[in-house]
Amino acid sequence: MAILQSIKMALRSIKGNKLRSALTMLGIIIGVSSVIVLISIAQGSTSNVTSQINNLGTNLITLNTFGTELSLTEDKIDKLGKLDGVKALSPVVSGRVTVKKEKTSAQTTLTGTNSAYGTVRNTNVSQGRFLTDLDNEYRQKIAVLGATTAETFFGSDNPVGQYIQVNGTSFKVVGVLASKGSSMGQSGDDVVIVPLSTAERLTKTTSINQVYLQGKEKQDMNLVMAEVQNAMANMYPNKTDSYSIMNQQDLMNTMSSVSNTMTMMLGGIASISLLVGGIGIMNIMLVSVSERTKEIGIRKAIGAKRRDILLQFLIESVVLSAMGGIIGILLGLGVGKILGSTLQMTVTFSSSVVMFSFLFSLIVGVVFGVFPANKASKLNPIQALRYE
Amino acid sequence: MSTPLIQISSLMKSYKLGGETVHALNNVSLNIDKGEFLAIIGPSGSGKSTLMNMIGCLDRPDSGEYLLDGKAIGKMNDNDLATIRNQKIGFIFQNFNLLTKLTALENVELPLIYSGVSAKERREMALQSLTKVGLKDRSGHLPTQLSGGQQQRVAIARALVGNPSILLADEPTGALDSKTSAEILQLMQGLNELGHTIILITHDLSIAKQAKRMVRIQDGQLFENEGEQIGNFAIY
Repeated sequence: MAILQSIKMALRSIKGNKLRSALTMLGIIIGVSSVIVLISIAQGSTSNVTSQINNLGTNLITLNTFGTELSLTEDKIDKLGKLDGVKALSPVVSGRVTVKKEKTSAQTTLTGTNSAYGTVRNTNVSQGRFLTDLDNEYRQKIAVLGATTAETFFGSDNPVGQYIQVNGTSFKVVGVLASKGSSMGQSGDDVVIVPLSTAERLTKTTSINQVYLQGKEKQDMNLVMAEVQNAMANMYPNKTDSYSIMNQQDLMNTMSSVSNTMTMMLGGIASISLLVGGIGIMNIMLVSVSERTKEIGIRKAIGAKRRDILLQFLIESVVLSAMGGIIGILLGLGVGKILGSTLQMTVTFSSSVVMFSFLFSLIVGVVFGVFPANKASKLNPIQALRYE
Repeated sequence: MSTPLIQISSLMKSYKLGGETVHALNNVSLNIDKGEFLAIIGPSGSGKSTLMNMIGCLDRPDSGEYLLDGKAIGKMNDNDLATIRNQKIGFIFQNFNLLTKLTALENVELPLIYSGVSAKERREMALQSLTKVGLKDRSGHLPTQLSGGQQQRVAIARALVGNPSILLADEPTGALDSKTSAEILQLMQGLNELGHTIILITHDLSIAKQAKRMVRIQDGQLFENEGEQIGNFAIY
């Protein structure tokens, strides 16, 4: 008997029991759609995290100092800048300051740095210009504002060329940073950036808290990292507890392993629901076999072979699970889209996940259909005919 | 003289029922020629159902030989038996045994599906068969939309459609009133006149008398009698 004929018969018997078929499919529908939604959300958050980390700067190594024990001065930092793999570096003095303009006043983060900061941290200005080496050399009282800070003090006006008071000293605004949004729990937009030398004077310190280093090549980052660690160990023997050196790649790897685990876990949980849906199919197919014992008897009496009956029930369960799979895919894509737009989540659909969940639902149909179908095909025609 | 269509010799079949062995068929021998209209008559428990299952290739004998069209049935496997049932035997049941979710035409098409006839040819043959039983205009009806007599006609059409060697009717009028029964029997006589071999299994003497030849089965043993004499056995 042709497969096409079997599929037609399967569709008929599914149509003949609409409510039951729909409920049976529901298990697969929920399973497939939850696989798609959960994995898409997990993958979306992975790509979100990756782009956030890249936003911090490419090939970035961050050197942080703790306490006052370590006096990281500019001449020491220059030594780090001369290392082979380092393309650019940008020291940072930071502190909390009060910014005032007329009657508006707010606490914000002061970042004193050099001209390389823009490229190292992947930061661009939306208006005006960034710091230059000359500003640093002459301790210019100029400032570049973060997007949020600019809005707080100037609203929709152009701040470039206007003045603000930082801890009582007047600063000329020369530029505004493009908004980066908050990344890794830090708002990069609520900040006042001034030349490093100006900041040292303002905060009355010469010790640098933080140095951002940019490596030349992505694949050499581990080498550069080792170089920086070596240089620091030479400059400050026995003080490894006073500073930390962090490679952005490490951070990236940690984050991606976390989100991979999350993806696997969510996918696993959703697959279990798909499996439960499969058991539902088996259950209904078993009921269907015993309900249709007489039909099986009739079919066998008029010449259906074991294979014909087996195929009929197997195709029925595969058609059920495939239909459930297709509906589940559509539902999953729909729910993912709605979640993405209403909850502002990044939802990344991948065709491989769609393919995987559809194939998985088909396999579930075959695996859980074989047992009932085999049971049906083995029925004795004489007893099956007598069954009422 | 040509060889008989059905040659049954020394057929034995027994079942275990609650630890007791029941000889459903005990040394049964029977020859049926092509074109015959044979009635097998017997009370319930006489072994006639077992004999019908055996002739219908639904079951295999414990011992003895059954040749259908010269082929030994006893040594065949389930798949071969299914093929024989599909091509050589047309079943007509007491309860019609139509598939309730299929239309009359689809029910008639069913044996052809299993023998692999193409959809177009299947439709034509099924329509022809329905025409033979006078139900061409009801081909699109579901069994539930048909009367008992009409349902049995559909079942006869289904039995006829593959042009089998034998029509095997098990109490074909058992579920019908006497008027409809008469019509069905008339139809079967007509089919016999067209050359179909018919085996009719019944417990009803008046129905068995419509056949040209009659055998009686009791306690698993077969007796062949002249039609008139059978009334002398006071068992019914």
